[in-house]
Amino acid sequence: MHMADALLSPAVGGTLWAASSGAIAYCSAKVRKELDDRKVPLMGVLGAFLFAAQMINFSIPGTGSSGHLGGGLLLTILLGPRAAFLTIASVLVVQALFFADGGLLALGCNIFNLGFFPAFVAYPCIYRKIAGECPGQARITVAAVAAAVAGLQLGAFAVVLETVSSGITSLPFSTFVLLMQPIHLAIGIVEGVVTAAVVTFVCNARPDILQGAMGARPVAGPPLRNVLLAFLAAAVLTGGVLSWFASGDPDGLEWAIAKTTGKEEVAGPEHGIHGMLTALQEKIAFLPDYSFRKPAEAKSAGPEAEGGAKPAEETRKEEGSKLGTSLSGIVGGLITLALVFLAGFLLKRRSQAA
Amino acid sequence: MASIEGTILDFKRLDRLARGGTSLHRIDARAKVLVALLFILSVVSFDRYALTALFPFLLYPAVVLALGNLPADYFVKKVALFLPFAVAVGMLNPLFDREVMVRLGPFDISGGWVSCASIVVRAILTISAALLLVGVTGFPEICRALERLGVPQIFAVQLLFLYRYIFVLTEEGARSSRARELRSFGGKGLGIKSFGSLVGHLLLRTWMRAERIHMAMLARGFTGQFHALQPSRFGGRELLYLLGWSALFIVLRLRNVPDLLGSLVTGALR
Repeated sequence: MHMADALLSPAVGGTLWAASSGAIAYCSAKVRKELDDRKVPLMGVLGAFLFAAQMINFSIPGTGSSGHLGGGLLLTILLGPRAAFLTIASVLVVQALFFADGGLLALGCNIFNLGFFPAFVAYPCIYRKIAGECPGQARITVAAVAAAVAGLQLGAFAVVLETVSSGITSLPFSTFVLLMQPIHLAIGIVEGVVTAAVVTFVCNARPDILQGAMGARPVAGPPLRNVLLAFLAAAVLTGGVLSWFASGDPDGLEWAIAKTTGKEEVAGPEHGIHGMLTALQEKIAFLPDYSFRKPAEAKSAGPEAEGGAKPAEETRKEEGSKLGTSLSGIVGGLITLALVFLAGFLLKRRSQAA
Repeated sequence: MASIEGTILDFKRLDRLARGGTSLHRIDARAKVLVALLFILSVVSFDRYALTALFPFLLYPAVVLALGNLPADYFVKKVALFLPFAVAVGMLNPLFDREVMVRLGPFDISGGWVSCASIVVRAILTISAALLLVGVTGFPEICRALERLGVPQIFAVQLLFLYRYIFVLTEEGARSSRARELRSFGGKGLGIKSFGSLVGHLLLRTWMRAERIHMAMLARGFTGQFHALQPSRFGGRELLYLLGWSALFIVLRLRNVPDLLGSLVTGALR
């Protein structure tokens, strides 16, 4: 359930980037203060372990399919929330860079969805409450399944919220929710069972590891609240600033440009480059007046627009201009693609020759 | 399905590309990280129906690919591997968004198809930007750049640690996994129970390894940071690289170049 850059808007991506970096900064400061420097290599190696474990499949009984470990909850049980959050985040960074899982802008969302919920919500509020201090196998299983399901449901819901509020896909909210939540219920149950299997094994073989993890930090209370507050502050701040930038008619970047230049867009005056191009195009236009709908034609083509209210007419006009530019857009797009390939090809030849 | 060993080999190949010696490789990693982020930010800031306006942005991956002397087929294949996902998500758009947006002769193209294509182009651009950043910079350099850009030191060290042991542990995991597969008949013995103890053992070995590593590092005077062999600096070249690309991205973001080109040849400049 990695989010992808392609479905994100800068405002949503930026907000969650800020939230996740805030959480990383907080966890880094706390882990550093714990002064247990044994934990530093442990976190690194366990992150690599998670990579390895994610690659090993197991068959899911009764379905004929196979699954793999997600591991967020497992790491939290082994390391405690803060160190686990950092470890999960680092694994996601590597996945984003090497496997293009998600993307660089979506990294903030992914760290939040896959790291924050298991480490700071599911583990302290559910797993610890059910499992208690010295759990048996049944309790571990119940606790792990409940925590994994809760963590994944929250994560999946966050994915839906982030995607829908980005507005790149047209998937309606309700359909998306109905698509995501049941799938992640199943995934969550499997994840919980697998996590319980591994934890039980470790519990039998080296109980000291789990006890160490539990004793390493004071029982949940302040950490969750602090992290939540830090996160909220960061999110509200950036979300507010970014959405202020992004809202209104011109989008963020255009707004910033308008502010700095005092105009809506960098002006394309009649004489400057624009005029030059007009002169130029008369010479090189090899598809002169290739017919496409001009705004006026488009308007007359739709009779219902005539009687429409003003705003309707305006949108119609906009659509018309969109229709009008579409052909030149396509032609220009193809030319651009050709130019880009040519540039890449030539540069490549040059750099190989050098 | 790709085997674990195949994935590791692929991973190593991308990692090795970063050892190239082109002028692009030698630019300070901070500049490259910032440019990549800026690139992605400009790409995703377009509205959902932007399509041709995104095309000029392909220039960035193309130039990096060429100047970094990276194997184009490898990256194209890697990006193509992820496209089915983008297509699957994008394909939902035409179902929900049926309003006609573009008319090409007898064909009516709905907004859904346009935004679907836009999602695919976005995916190509953002995925290739991330992969090329690694290919031309290398993960350790990226981590150091992040640290010098203000990421908490402990997180940067964590990333470097993770990176160092990924190869070791994935190979170990692959060996265990293969051993288990060879011992199972007709899919028996691949269930959750054997997975639990397999991964549990891997975990215990990992844990003990971490303790040994820690001792060894303490014995060698580890104080909590890694040192780079050749400290690079942010000089004029880096500034030029950063400013050049940013200027281009801003221009491409504000001006629809393909549209301009198209109107040039179709003779429809306003």
